[in-house]
Amino acid sequence: MIAIIDYGVGNLFSLSSSLTYLGLDNKITSSAEDILSADRIILPGVGAFSDAVQKLRDTGLIDTIRQQTAAGKPLLGICLGMQLLFDKSYEYGEHDGLGLVPGRVCPIADDLTRPLKVPHIGWNALHFPKPDPLFKYVREGDCVYYVHSFYAKDCTENTIATSEYDITITGAVRSGSVYGTQFHPEKSGEVGLNILRAFSEL
Amino acid sequence: MITKRIIPCLDIRDGRVVKGVNFEGIQDVEHPVELAKFYNQSGADELVFYDITASFEGRALFTDILTQVASQIFIPLTVGGGINTLDDFDRVLKCGADKVSVNSGAIKNPKLIEQAAKKYGDQCVVLSMDIKRVDGQFRLFAKGGREDTGIDALEWARMGEQNGAGELVVNSIDTDGVKDGFDLEMLAAIADRVNIPIIASGGAGRMEDFSELFHTLPKVDAGLAASIFHFKEIEIRDLKTYLRGQGIEMRI
Repeated sequence: MIAIIDYGVGNLFSLSSSLTYLGLDNKITSSAEDILSADRIILPGVGAFSDAVQKLRDTGLIDTIRQQTAAGKPLLGICLGMQLLFDKSYEYGEHDGLGLVPGRVCPIADDLTRPLKVPHIGWNALHFPKPDPLFKYVREGDCVYYVHSFYAKDCTENTIATSEYDITITGAVRSGSVYGTQFHPEKSGEVGLNILRAFSEL
Repeated sequence: MITKRIIPCLDIRDGRVVKGVNFEGIQDVEHPVELAKFYNQSGADELVFYDITASFEGRALFTDILTQVASQIFIPLTVGGGINTLDDFDRVLKCGADKVSVNSGAIKNPKLIEQAAKKYGDQCVVLSMDIKRVDGQFRLFAKGGREDTGIDALEWARMGEQNGAGELVVNSIDTDGVKDGFDLEMLAAIADRVNIPIIASGGAGRMEDFSELFHTLPKVDAGLAASIFHFKEIEIRDLKTYLRGQGIEMRI
C-alpha cells in the first residue's frame, strides 16, 4: 500500500486516482500506523511553504517519516512536498524544512536573467544528469507538468532530473530512499504515470 | 523551455458534449469522457470543460462527468461555466479540476478573483474574457458575449492580474467562428499589459493560424479551439508536429 500523507494541504484526488488507475493500492491518510504499514510514502503539497511545514508538524508525523525513510522505505515528495524535504526555504522569509535532502528552496524570479513569467507553469522537457530507476520508463526530453514559483538549489549532488527555464530548474532529487519531484507526475500524462509506476517498483 | 500548449475546449450541456460530431474510432462522440480520452491520446496539453447547463440537475451531471474524466485522464483540467462563488470553485476542484475559469462571475463580483486566488493560489484561477471592438475600444462582454459591459477589456485584464488571476483566456468575439486566424491585434494589446500566461481563443481555422500566433506573439502561451478539433478539420497530433517543424516548442 502507498500512503498519501494528508496534512490538509492541497487536493489529493488526482494523485490518488492516478495510483488507482495504475492498479496500485493507496490510502490518503494522516495516521502513523498507516505510514508504518505502508510499503511506500507520498508527501504531496501545494500552497505556501511556511503554512505547509507547520501543518505537517501539527500532524506529529515527522518523526515517523524520518524513521521510516532512514530504514529505507521509499518516499516521494511532490511539488511543495519535494520542497519540504530540503534544509531551508526562502519563500517569504526563512523557514526550516525536514532536512532529508541537502539544499535550499529559493525564488525563481531572483535568479532569472531575462523577464520570463513566474510561476513556471506548463510542460517542460526532462534532462537526466545521471541515470536513476525512478526514470527507467522515461526518455531524455520527455515533458512533464510544472507549476511553481520557487525552486531547489545547491543540491547538484542529489539532482537526478532538471528542466531549463532560462535557469536550470531542479526537476527531481534523491537522497537514499527519499525522492522528490518538483513537477506533478499525476498531471504529466503517460510520462507521469510511468514515473509513478517506477516509484511503485523501487 | 516551456512548450506552447494546444487546448481543445469541450462545451457540456446536460452531461453531453455539444458540437461533437464526425469522429472515427469513437462510438459515442457526445460522451465527454470518450472525447476527453481521445484528445488525451491525440496529444492535447490540457483540457477545458465548459459547463453551459443552466439547471441544477445538469450541474450535478457535469460534476459527475468531471469526476469520471479526472479518474482516467492525467493532464491539467480547467473548468468553467457557472462559476460565481467560492463554493463553485470548491465544487469543481473536489471533482478533480486543476484550474477554474471565471468570466461573468468576476464581472458580477470583482472580489471573486482575489478571494479565490487567496484561498486556492493564483495558479488555480483563470480569468476568461469575451472581447469585442466597440467605438475603437476593446470592450468586455458578459453573458457568453451577448451583453456589452462598457468595461475596457485591457484595463480589466490588468486588474485581473493584479487581483491574482494566474492565467488569461482571451476570446475575440470579432474573430470567433470566422476561421481566418486569431485576433493578433487584440492579443498583442493584452500581452502588452500583463505578464501572466495568455491563452488565445477565437479564429483558428488552419494550422498556419497557430504558427502565426506563436511566431508573432511570443508572449502568448497557448491556443484554444473547439469546433476545428471536434470536426476533425485539424488533428491535434498533426498540428503539433507541424508547429514543431516551424520551430515552435511542442510536447509530442
